[in-house]
Amino acid sequence: MSVSLKIAVRFLKSSRGQTILIVLGIAIGISVQIFIGSLIQGLQKSLVETTIGNASQITVVSPDDDKRFSDPERVMQAIRQAEGQITALSPALDQAGLATDGDETGSVLIRGLDFAAAEPIYALADRIVQGRLPSASDEAVIGKVLQAEWDVAIGDTLDVTVAGGKRLTYTVCGVFDLQVQSLNTSWFLTTLASAQERFDLAGQVTSIEMQVESGDVFLADTIAAELQALPELMDLEVTNWKAQNEQLLSGLNGQSVSSIMIQVFVVVSVVLAIASVLAISVMQKSRQIGILKAMGIKSRQASLVFLYQGLILGVLGGLAGVALGLGLAYSFTVFARNPDGTPVVALLIDPAFFVLSFLIAVTASSLASLIPARKSARLDPIEVIRNG
Amino acid sequence: MAKAIELNGINKIYGTAIRTQVLFDIDLAFEEQSFNSIIGQSGSGKSTLMNIMGTLDRPTSGTVTIGGIQTGSMSKNDLAVVRNETIGFIFQFHYLLPEFTALENVLMPYLIKHNRPTAEVRERANELMELVGLGKVKNNLATQMSGGQQQRTAIARALIMNPKIILADEPTGNLDSDTTEIVYEILRKVNSQFKTTFVIITHDRKIAEKADRIVEIRDGRISLDIARPII
Repeated sequence: MSVSLKIAVRFLKSSRGQTILIVLGIAIGISVQIFIGSLIQGLQKSLVETTIGNASQITVVSPDDDKRFSDPERVMQAIRQAEGQITALSPALDQAGLATDGDETGSVLIRGLDFAAAEPIYALADRIVQGRLPSASDEAVIGKVLQAEWDVAIGDTLDVTVAGGKRLTYTVCGVFDLQVQSLNTSWFLTTLASAQERFDLAGQVTSIEMQVESGDVFLADTIAAELQALPELMDLEVTNWKAQNEQLLSGLNGQSVSSIMIQVFVVVSVVLAIASVLAISVMQKSRQIGILKAMGIKSRQASLVFLYQGLILGVLGGLAGVALGLGLAYSFTVFARNPDGTPVVALLIDPAFFVLSFLIAVTASSLASLIPARKSARLDPIEVIRNG
Repeated sequence: MAKAIELNGINKIYGTAIRTQVLFDIDLAFEEQSFNSIIGQSGSGKSTLMNIMGTLDRPTSGTVTIGGIQTGSMSKNDLAVVRNETIGFIFQFHYLLPEFTALENVLMPYLIKHNRPTAEVRERANELMELVGLGKVKNNLATQMSGGQQQRTAIARALIMNPKIILADEPTGNLDSDTTEIVYEILRKVNSQFKTTFVIITHDRKIAEKADRIVEIRDGRISLDIARPII
């Protein structure tokens, strides 16, 4: 152990109260920084998840007037080969229609889905609240809002008029709840085969919907651009959720920026606190530094005494801060709960973020000790010896 | 015999607006292994002289030569090495580090140079503590010792690097007469045992008369310089 480190440790030990206070100060600052960071990250993650977790993140559509294109298998094959990050790939044939039940009338969107392929996107198996998914070509499931408004029971039939005046009859075999009011009102789901058969659009679809790996959701625009470049998709249009949710994105951005601002100011105040305490400490220890210099300690060694103090305070404060931050985050998720028992905000406990915060604490404390270290290096022993 | 310290034409002026000259053209040399005292009233400039000899202060003009090497052009760090290796200081207010034990204080000059004490130097520190009669309290914190004990610890610390020169500024200034006697016995013992050159500043003539040579400073000039005849 170098003599500077030895002296630094002894200085910190000898003024124990001061050391504990400053470690506590760093710890509280860092824990607040960690807490705010985790809170905002968690908030954003759950916001993104509720917005696009159960929706198409990248969608292939046709720019043609009829919005339809054929041979989706060829397109899907090309996408599968080109991109590894795609976790779901589901063709759909949509058709707007007017549903009637006695004297009730409402516009619906008839969606012909390949339920197996659509499962990773919409998780319909879990969201069927009554009945089952359709299998026969005249079966359909409707949303729970429509079901409640029209008081439809499983097994009832509904008439739907689609574009071109064609009138189709469906038997309601189930009710879904997608947790979005508009979808629960307007979506009218059948199998893809049924839609293609009954609309006389064999082999055609209106869209191919995709999801990407959860770590890549913010790369959706890049992936979409790559897909657009594929020759098989030349005549088609690839859209992504980021292009369709600009407001959400700018909201998230604003949130991130303000969260970083808060974190930066917390860290700045920690740095100032450490710097001022260490500056006072140089004054308190100037007599000792003077004696050490008379005995031949070099300026570099004298400044290291204070750099080490900053480093030690940073490590101790950082560790305590991470522990405190974890405790804070944990108690927040345990005690702040919704009536149904889920946490109000699911904090994101990201080990990399914690390590980063710890490193920030150590770096900040070391930086804060630079000024006192310089003072210590410059202290002239004769001042101390002459003035007693 | 070779000179341990040589001062040539030393002037020291404090202040720039109001200039106060405290030392005037001092020429002074101390031989190796000699035991010297510098006396003078307070304000005579004797402490300033010692600080200049010890490279803690720089003269306004003149040269300081320690062990044959001129110190005028040396950097701060080079001077620190000179102080560490060739000069041991004993100050009036003993100046121990209160955060460390007596033994650690004694080891400090060695740690400054080598970072880690060897078994030999530990042994030497223990011997020095025995020499100054503090074998029993060597593990006390500096603050838990009496003034005399602290002063003797400072002597042991000044000796740990086996320096050529020991500069002592009123080493017994705030000690009672019995303790003063003990401290002087120790200093003389060290002088004869380790052949260390001593320059002791004191205002106590009785003490000064025990030295081999007495230099008196008055108003920044040497007013008396007598060597005791060797019997």
